[in-house]
Amino acid sequence: MIPELGHVALIIAFVLAIGLAVVPMWGAMRRDVAAMNMAPSLAVGVTVFVAVAFALLALSFLQDDFSVAVVAANSNSLLPPIFKFSALWGNHEGSLLLWVLILSGWMTAVATFSRGLPLMMVARVLSVMGMVAVGFLAFSLLTSNPFERLLPNTPLDGNDLNPLLQDPGLIIHPPLLYMGYVGLSVPFAFAIAALMGGRLDASWARWSRPWTNVAWGFLSLGIMLGSWWAYYELGWGGWWFWDPVENASFMPWLMGTALVHSLAVTEKRGVFRSWTVLLAIFAFSLSLLGTFLVRSGVLTSVHAFAADPERGLFILIFLALVVGGSLLLYALRAPSVASRVSYAGVSRESLLMINNLVFMVSTIVVLLGTLFPLIMDAFSLGKYSVGPPYFNAVFVPLMALVMPFMAVGPLSRWREDTTRRWLYELLVPGLGVLVVAIVLAFLGSDGFNVWIALAVLLAGWVAVGVFKDLWRRIATGTEGGLTWRRLTPSFLGMALAHLGFAAVVLGAVVVSQENQERDLRMAVGDVETLGAYRFELMSLGQQAGPNYLADQAVFEVRRDQELIGVLVPEKRRYFASGQIMTEAAIDASLWRDLYIALGEPIGEQAWAVRLQYKPMVRWLWLGALMIGLGALVTALDRRYRSQRSTVPVAEPGVAAVAG
Amino acid sequence: MKSALKGLMSAMICGHLWIAPVAMAVIETYEFSSPELELRYQQLSQELRCPKCQNQNIADSNAPIARDLRVVLYEQLEQGATDDEILAFMVARYGEFVRYRPGVDRNTILLWAAPGLLLILGAAGLLFHFRQRPDAPVSDLTEAEQTEIARLLGEPQD
Amino acid sequence: MQAKKFIPLAAFAVLAGLLFRGLSIDPTELPVARLGQPFPDFAQPELRSGRQISVSALVERPALVNVWATWCYSCRVEHPYLLNLAEQGVPIYGLNYKDEPIKAREWLAQLGDPYQLNVVDVEGSVGLDLGVYGAPETYVLDAVGHIAHRHVGVLDEAVFQRDFSRWFPAVASPAAAAGSEGGQ
Repeated sequence: MIPELGHVALIIAFVLAIGLAVVPMWGAMRRDVAAMNMAPSLAVGVTVFVAVAFALLALSFLQDDFSVAVVAANSNSLLPPIFKFSALWGNHEGSLLLWVLILSGWMTAVATFSRGLPLMMVARVLSVMGMVAVGFLAFSLLTSNPFERLLPNTPLDGNDLNPLLQDPGLIIHPPLLYMGYVGLSVPFAFAIAALMGGRLDASWARWSRPWTNVAWGFLSLGIMLGSWWAYYELGWGGWWFWDPVENASFMPWLMGTALVHSLAVTEKRGVFRSWTVLLAIFAFSLSLLGTFLVRSGVLTSVHAFAADPERGLFILIFLALVVGGSLLLYALRAPSVASRVSYAGVSRESLLMINNLVFMVSTIVVLLGTLFPLIMDAFSLGKYSVGPPYFNAVFVPLMALVMPFMAVGPLSRWREDTTRRWLYELLVPGLGVLVVAIVLAFLGSDGFNVWIALAVLLAGWVAVGVFKDLWRRIATGTEGGLTWRRLTPSFLGMALAHLGFAAVVLGAVVVSQENQERDLRMAVGDVETLGAYRFELMSLGQQAGPNYLADQAVFEVRRDQELIGVLVPEKRRYFASGQIMTEAAIDASLWRDLYIALGEPIGEQAWAVRLQYKPMVRWLWLGALMIGLGALVTALDRRYRSQRSTVPVAEPGVAAVAG
Repeated sequence: MKSALKGLMSAMICGHLWIAPVAMAVIETYEFSSPELELRYQQLSQELRCPKCQNQNIADSNAPIARDLRVVLYEQLEQGATDDEILAFMVARYGEFVRYRPGVDRNTILLWAAPGLLLILGAAGLLFHFRQRPDAPVSDLTEAEQTEIARLLGEPQD
Repeated sequence: MQAKKFIPLAAFAVLAGLLFRGLSIDPTELPVARLGQPFPDFAQPELRSGRQISVSALVERPALVNVWATWCYSCRVEHPYLLNLAEQGVPIYGLNYKDEPIKAREWLAQLGDPYQLNVVDVEGSVGLDLGVYGAPETYVLDAVGHIAHRHVGVLDEAVFQRDFSRWFPAVASPAAAAGSEGGQ
C-alpha cells in the first residue's frame, strides 16, 4: 500500500507542477494578478507531495519492503538503518526522486524569500522552475518509477547496497551535490524570467546573486565531499580522476564560477548583462547535460548509473527543449548592446572579464575532453581515450593563468584604474612571496622543485591580494584607527573563497609532486620506512562487522621512535553480495596524511601492502570547504536583505535562512 | 536498450562482471632494479587504459587483462624499453584507445590545440571589444531601454 | 536582432545532434587494432600433438581463429555452433587462452573438437600480441591471411550471418530459411 500511495503522491505533484508551469506564466502574459499569485502556493504544493513520495519511499527502504524493485535491488535486511535510508539515493530511480525533492525545495525557498520582488518576476521564476520540475517528474514517472513492484515474485532479501556506498560520505555527498546542481536552476529561472520581461538590469542581478552564490557554494561542497570520499574509500589514495561523471559535476562548477563573478559586475555596474544571462543558462544547462551523461550510458565511467539509452533519449529531448528554448529566447531577447556604462581597459571590470574568459575556456576544454571519444566515435574516426594526463596538461596552465589576476581583482577599482596603482599595492608583497616560494621549493624531497615554487608563488600572490584588501578595509578608520565596519559578509565570503582556492592549488601541486608510495610485501614483525616514518606490522586478525567480515592488519607508525599512531587497514567481504572492499587506514593531519591499504594476502602470514605519504593533501578539501563556506557567507550580506525591506514587516533571519 | 543489453552481455561473456570495479586497490610488489624505473612504472601504468574496463587505468584495475598488461609493462621497463616503445607496443595491440594521453595525430590535433585557440580567440575578442568600445553606437538600444530613457528624461509616454 | 546572438543556439544544436548520435553507439565496443595485418607470429605447442608450431601452421584461408578457455562459461555456450561451422567446412583454429592444457584436452574429448589445431597459450602472450582482452573472441583470417574482423563474445548463427558470411558464403543459413533473420 505504501508504495502505491507514494506513486499517487508523485502523480499529484506532477499535476501540480504542470499547473505551476502553466498558470502563473499565463497570468504574467495576461497581467492576471490572481493567476500570478497562485505561483507560491503551487510551488509549495509540489514540494509537499514530492516530500510525501520521498518519505514513503524512505519508509519502504527502512521497512525492508523487498516487493519494491529499487529496495530489492539496492538494500538488504542486514544493512544498518542509516544506509537503508541513504540507499534510497544510491540508485538511478531514487536519486532522481531526490533531485526532484531538492528542486521543489529550492522552489519553495524562492517562493518564501522573494515576497519583496515584483509579482511578475516571482510568477515567471517559479513557473520556469515548475517547467523543469514537470520534465523531471515526467522522467521519473514514465521511465524510472521508483515505486515499481516486484509482484508476485517478491525476493526474500535484497541485493544489498554496493559496499562502496555504505559510507557516511555517501549519505551527504549526493544531497549536497544536488543542492548545487539543482540550485543552479534558480539563477537560470531568474535569467529566463528577466529575458521574458525584457528587464536585464542590475536589480535582476541583485535578486539572483545570493541564490547563485548559495547554489555554487553547495556545488563546491558536494564536489569536495565526492573527492574526499574517493580518497579514503576507493583505497588507492587518488582524489580526482577526471572521470566523465566527475567532469559532469565539475563543468557546472566552472561555469558557475564565471557566473558568480559576472553577476557581481552586472549587479555593481550594470554591464556584462548578455554575458551574465548566457552564463546562467549555460551553468544550468551543464547540470542537465551532466544528468544526461551520467544516466544515458553514452560515455564509459567507473561510476555511472545503469546505462539505459531509452532514458538517455528522454533526457536528451528534455535537454533540447529546456536549453534550446532558453537559447532561442536569448537570441531573440538579449540586449543588443553589451554595455551602456563604459569602463577602461585597466579596471576591475576588465579583470573580471578575463576571469569569465578563462573559466569559460576551461569549461569548454573539459567538455571537449569529456566528449572527444564520443565525437571520434560518431564520425567513425576511431576509439580514443582522454584521461587525466590530457586534462592535467591543459587545465593546470589555465588555472595558473587566471591566478595572477585573482590577486589584483579585489584591490582594483571599478570603471578605471591604473597599473601603477596595482604595482604600488602589490609589488613589495609580491616580491616577498617570490622569495618565499623559491625558498620553500628547496624543502621538497629531491632539491629545487619548480612546480612547487610556482604553486607557492601563485597561491601566495592570491593570498597577498586578499590580505592587502583586508588591511585596506580595516585601516580606513578615522585618525588612522581601525574599523571593522567594512568587513561585510560579501567581502569576507569572497576573501574566504579566494584563500580557499589558493589552498586547493597549493595542496594539489604539493601532493602531486611530493607524494611517496611503496607497494610492499609485509609479514608480522616487518618494518618498512617511507620518508621519515617507520611502519611496523604488529599483528593480523579478523573482525566481524554488521554485514561483513574484515581481515585486519595492525600497524604502528613511528617517527624518531615516537609513536605517531596505530593504523588498522581492513579488507572486508560483504555477506550479501560477496564483494571485497579495501578499507584504507589514514593518519590525517594538516601537513601530511599517512595512508595504508591492504592488497592481497601473500601466503599465510603476509600481505601486499601499499604505504603512502601524502603531504598537504588535506589542503585540497580544506580549501574547497573554504570556497563553499565563503560562497554561503556572501549571501548573508545586508544588501540582499534590504531588497526585501519593501515588505513592511521584515522577517528577522530570513536572509540567514536563505544562506 | 539493445546496446545496454549488449554491454551487459559482453561483460558476462568474459566471465567477469565489473559492477563495482573500484572496490579493491591493486597492490603488487614488483621489485624494480632502480627507483627511476619504479617511477616510470607508476606513471605509465596510470596513463594506460585497461582495454576492457569501465574507465580505469591498468594501475587501478583488477581485470585479468590489466594484470597482464602490468606484467608486460614491468618486463619491458626492466629490459630497457623507452616510454615511446612501450606505448607503441600497447597501441599496436589494443589501439589508440589504451592511451589516456592521446597522441597528437590528424584527429586529435584539435583536441590539443583547442585550449590555446580558444584563449587566443577570446583574448582577441576582448581586445577588439576594448578597441571598438569608445565609439560604439549609442543609438543601438533595445526598445525597452529606449522607453526607459524616455521615461527618465521625462518625455510623455504614449 | 544580431546573428551572433544565435551562435550559442547553433552550438547547442550541434552538441545535441552529437549526443543523439551517441545514444546509438556502444562506447565499450573496441575495434581490433591488428585489422588488416598478418596474424602475429608465435612459437607455441599445439594442444593435441604437443609439437611446436608457428604462424605458418595456420594454412587454410579464409579461416576463423577462436579464442577460448575451459574457465570461460560463454565458450561452452558457443561450442556447439563452432562444431556446426566445422561440419560445414569452415576451417577453425583454436587459441587456448590462459588455460590448462589437460583440462582443455578433456573438454575437447567430451564436447567434440571443431578445431583444425589449437595453439596453447598458457601465458596469454599470443593473445596479448593479438590484442585479446577476454574470451571468447573470434577472428577472421581473410584470403591472404590478414586479420579481417573480430567478434567479441558468443559467436552464434545470427552474428555469423551478419558479420562473417561474406568470407564464408558457402555456409548455409537454416535460420534464414526458418524466417528468424529479422531478429538481428
